[in-house]
Order: sequence, then structure tokens, then C-alpha cells
Amino acid sequence: MKIHIPNSAFLGNIDPFLKGFDPSNPDILEITTNPKWISVHPIVLSMIAAIGLNIKPGNIKCDKLEAKSKHYLERMGLFSFLEIDSGMNIKEHESAGRFIPLTQLKNSEDLSKFVSEITPLLHLDPKHAQSIRYIMSELIRNVLEHSLSENGAIVSAQYHTKSNTIRIGIVDTGIGIWKSINQSYNPKNDIEAIRLALIPGITGTTKKEGGTEYNAGAGLFFIKSIAYVNNSFFMIYSGRGMYKLLKKQAKKIKLHPDPYDDRHSKKNDLPFWQGTAVGIDISLDTTEEFSILLDLIREAYTQAIKTRKKARYKKPKFI
Amino acid sequence: MITIKLFEKTGLFAENKDVARDIRIKEIIPELEKNEGVVLDFENIEGATQSFIHALISDLFRKYGNDVLEKITFKSCNETVQKIIEIVTDYMQESE
Repeated sequence: MKIHIPNSAFLGNIDPFLKGFDPSNPDILEITTNPKWISVHPIVLSMIAAIGLNIKPGNIKCDKLEAKSKHYLERMGLFSFLEIDSGMNIKEHESAGRFIPLTQLKNSEDLSKFVSEITPLLHLDPKHAQSIRYIMSELIRNVLEHSLSENGAIVSAQYHTKSNTIRIGIVDTGIGIWKSINQSYNPKNDIEAIRLALIPGITGTTKKEGGTEYNAGAGLFFIKSIAYVNNSFFMIYSGRGMYKLLKKQAKKIKLHPDPYDDRHSKKNDLPFWQGTAVGIDISLDTTEEFSILLDLIREAYTQAIKTRKKARYKKPKFI
Repeated sequence: MITIKLFEKTGLFAENKDVARDIRIKEIIPELEKNEGVVLDFENIEGATQSFIHALISDLFRKYGNDVLEKITFKSCNETVQKIIEIVTDYMQESE
């Protein structure tokens, strides 16, 4: 595999980074970097770390880092994750208030402990803590329950002072969304599977309305809704498919059960990612009260079921 | 009528679905089977995920129908927890 860390890759401009990923030769990882500057979203680091976990450290090659911002990769824990020597010897600063370094979560206990540490790690006030804790918890639990990945979830996050935004990347190298959804539905490709996964009430665990006793199929819809209401980016990449929620242009807020009704971009011809990678930005300037968001979700969520039920109504025959 | 204090099992943020399932199977259902009511006490809980609430109560709608809400009382919920419970109860009743 080959992966290039560019000078800039955030959710708004991440497409070239994804297109440049080469998944061939899965036993080897070659990492190249921009020689001048590296400034990337945590999802980029989570993806590289997730790949690295499946490759022997001796088979991982990384450019000698020249970029001024190379210390960022070291402090996010990328090289210790990959078990390779970065050649850097920097004084580690306490991470509180700035970022959550690359972290592997393999089970429910890991997740509960992690979630309890998010608020102090990112120094969040209660208004923002609710959304961030909610997002992290639901996305990581999705990985633990549906990805069937032995390595669990690889998570990282960073607070960016300039944009007053928390950026989060959660990645796995499991079965991917198509295979998960295909247990109950038959999506024709990866982007269709992603679309179904984002529609409230649809889960790979059952075709039954209301889900199972354990899964409602609403987690990703909630997360996308949080991003939409806060006018933030949300991206999900699995297999060859990628859906990106773009920032809304209108001030009016209306949640859509079908992700294709939101302002978005999508692709279905990217290099194949074995598993799922999710990135989300939450602007702390525009964070709506969580309870207002829940009112909107309640309306959209129940409307989605009503619409699906109506679509199944028997039609009278007229002759 | 029993009262189940959730904070002792979930902590400040109720997100662990395994815990929710255990409470449902080991504590809620046995009471409902005896035709007794249950109070779910959310005191001190700051937040909950939809997944947690779904794992806690959705199966009760399937087993006992929508009237199960007459047997369950949600106590000391803050505004967001109350709204998440309402989302799940609406959803389960619409799904019937």
C-alpha cells in the first residue's frame, strides 16, 4: 500500500488524498509526505494508523520527514502506533485542551472509559460536551458492533483554535458498510450502501421496521444531523464509496432522512478502503443547543418511518 | 413497583448498550412479567445515546405492546435525556 500525506487534507479538500491512496500490496506500507508542510485532519492519521496495525513494522517505510510541522505527527502518536522510529526526539506536552492522540478501542469497556475522558481531554464546556461525547460514542460503538474488525476503532481528534472547531476521525479496517448492510438489503454498490446506512431506521441487522432489540439503525443519521445543524463537514468512506455532507448555504434548517437530499458530494470510484472511515468537524461557534437538535431529529425520524410505511400501503385496484 | 437507579450502572453518560440490555432483561422484564410497574430513575445522568435508550426499552414495545408505557415511569430525566426517550418511544410506536 502507498499513502501520501499532503500539505493539506481536511474534510473540505480531502478528495485528492483519498484518490492518491494505493491499496495494492497489502503487506507493505510506504508513507510519503509533503516536504514543506503537513496540516491534516485526524481522519488521515487514523486511516494510516489503522492500515499500519495490519502490517509488520518491518514492512512499513516512511520518508524522512522534512516538513516543519512534522512534530504534529509524532505528538499525535502516529509513529509509536506504527512502531517505527521517526528520528524525532521532542518533548511531549500534555495533550489536554488540544487533541486526543491516536487511540485504539477494542471493546465496550475501552469505549466507556474513553468517553468519560473526552470532556476533560478537550476541555469542553457542557454545551459542546454533549454533542462531541454523543458523536464519539455512537460512531465508535458502530465500529465495535458492525465492523467485525479485530483491531476495533482507531480514533483521534484535534481542537483547532483558529476555526474554533473540533475535528474527529474514527476508522476501522473491518467488513465495510456494503457487507454490513447487505445482510438485510441489497445495495448495488458502496455508495448506495452508505446512503442506506445514513437513512434512519435502516440497519444491516434486520429489514424490520423499528430495528432489532439492540439496533435501531439511527446512529449515523443522528451524527449527520448534528453536523448538518452545526453547518459542519461530515464524511464517510467505505469500499470505493464516499459521501460528504457539505456546509449548508441556506439558513433554514430542515433535516432530511435521505442523505442525497442534503447538500453533499459523493463518489463511487475511489481506491478501495477495506473498512470504514468517518470524519466530522464540529464548529464550536455554531453549535446549537443539543436539545433543539433533538427536537428536529424527532420530527425527521418519525416522518421517515411514516413515509416508509405509506410506501408499503396496498393500493386499491380500479378497473 | 420497583425503582431502578441507572446512574449506579451507567455513570454520567449512559451509552453502554450491554448495560442497557442487562437492565432490561434482568430487572425490567421480570417486574413486568409480574404485572408490576417499573420506575427508571435517571438522577445524576447528564446524557444518554439513542442507542442506549433503544437497547433499554425498545424490545418492551414488541413484547408488551404500546401499553407498556403505562407500566414504566421515567424519573429525574434532564431535558436532553427526556427528548431522547421521546424519540425512541415515538419511533417504536410508529413502527408497530
